[in-house]
Amino acid sequence: MSRRSRFLPVYTGLVIAYLFVPIVVMILFGFNDPRGRFNFAWQGFTLQWYRELFDIPELTTALKNSLLVAGLSTLIATVLGTMVALALSRYRMRGRSALNVFVFLPMATPEIVLGVSLLSLFVTLGVARGFVTIVIAHILFSVSYVVVTVRARLAGLDHSLEDAAQDLGATPWTTFWTVTFPLIFPGVLAAGLLAFVLSIDDYVITSFNAGGTVTFPLWVFGASRIGVPPQVNVMGTLIFLIGVVYVIVSVVRGRERTGSVGAGALAAKTAKG
Amino acid sequence: MPASLKRRLTPYLLTLPGALWLLAFFLVPMVTMLSVSLQEGSLEEGYRFTGHWQTYTEALGKFDTQLLRSIWYGAIVTVVTLVVSYPMAYWIALRGGRRKNLYLLLILLPFFTPFIIRTLSWKFILADEGIFLGALKDWGVLPDAYQVLATSTAVVAGMIYNFLPFMALPLYVALERLDPAMLDAASDLYSSRRQAFLKVTLPLSMPGVFAGCLLTFIPAVGDFVNATFLGGVNTTMIGNVIQREFLTNNDYPEGAAISFLLMAAILVGVLRYVRKMGAEELTV
Repeated sequence: MSRRSRFLPVYTGLVIAYLFVPIVVMILFGFNDPRGRFNFAWQGFTLQWYRELFDIPELTTALKNSLLVAGLSTLIATVLGTMVALALSRYRMRGRSALNVFVFLPMATPEIVLGVSLLSLFVTLGVARGFVTIVIAHILFSVSYVVVTVRARLAGLDHSLEDAAQDLGATPWTTFWTVTFPLIFPGVLAAGLLAFVLSIDDYVITSFNAGGTVTFPLWVFGASRIGVPPQVNVMGTLIFLIGVVYVIVSVVRGRERTGSVGAGALAAKTAKG
Repeated sequence: MPASLKRRLTPYLLTLPGALWLLAFFLVPMVTMLSVSLQEGSLEEGYRFTGHWQTYTEALGKFDTQLLRSIWYGAIVTVVTLVVSYPMAYWIALRGGRRKNLYLLLILLPFFTPFIIRTLSWKFILADEGIFLGALKDWGVLPDAYQVLATSTAVVAGMIYNFLPFMALPLYVALERLDPAMLDAASDLYSSRRQAFLKVTLPLSMPGVFAGCLLTFIPAVGDFVNATFLGGVNTTMIGNVIQREFLTNNDYPEGAAISFLLMAAILVGVLRYVRKMGAEELTV
């Protein structure tokens, strides 16, 4: 008994440690003071890259583009996806199962296929690739994840509160904004967070539909050929810290539901890679 | 408009914008790509639809190695992530106690860093003279010519790392749903721990295994970022080929045909797996 019960926690700890290896390296080399273009061997400690975080104009522009694309696509995908989720779990409708499959399909399609099929469409229609086509693509891959996340929240809710509001004479519109929406808000928030993270992380689909517009992952990919500047490590570290804060907040609040929704969000993000 | 009609129309109105988006930017592009795969021509002269289906057989003949390699890598990644994640998901779900969510979030936290940076970080760690191999070579543990980067080991290792949470999370969800009373019942009926695991835990976690395998296999087969950063000329995957056809060669028909071949390969892989596992898991 005792040997078994000790093996699994140690094993789990080791796997978790392994998952953090590249993160530790990334953080560490954000403090490195490299000579030359390649940030490869440890040369000494410096805070220079934190001070000069925004000193590479192209990188800063790429980051701004990423934030703008993520903000816009999150907003639109969250609204569209929440509406579909409401229809699927709150109303009787024809073609429900077909709609379910239709929503699921983009998630079951390899990213590269989503990317090149959109490119095929844009090329065929003669649409120039750029900021707008990136936003269109990001909304496409986010909508399904929003639907799934909001539905998970809706599934746990009880209809009787909405029925009560309607019985008391509230219009469907009032019922929605005063009863349903506040109840599903944590789910909508998680879905929005997920859409944002998916968007800001996406390389594959963006690379086919970006034209001349450069996002953060595209810039890093391009820079990797000639040596990635330490500023990229710093930005990666700061993004990671946002994750740390998120984990601390959800653990302190200790709400199981929030935790698992967040976990689901992160997992989905990973798959989108 | 009468209230009842309004209520009946509501779900359709709610669905309309989202469904139209998926229609316009998922279904229509797929159909367009199907048409592109049957076109002939060049970027300069334009492409015309000729129903030239031979592109498929030609592409299959040219890139069968990369296609098979991608399926093979995908299969290895799926099996390894399953074997690595299962004991961990099991422990967290059944023995994690009050800190379950913390452990789970710890597994997912590293993936908050952008995918590209994580993969670059591995490239950096595995570099021939990098912090890890360089040190081992300095100590004489490894011969100087030893390398990991540009081998299939590096590509598969990178994919295992990047896709692990996708296996671990569905496993955790399935195991967490398991009622501990079932295990108590098994032990009350004098089953050994081994028997209880094989007869109760494992079968009940099969939906999670199934979901995890799909969620890992599909993106892994189509991945090209790991192969780009960690691989070499002998580890090219089908995703690299598609990328090159579309972005470098501008051979859209061939790229489109290979994309459909990739989807077909995934479908075949998934169906084989489903047949092996039995159909009941599909009803999750």
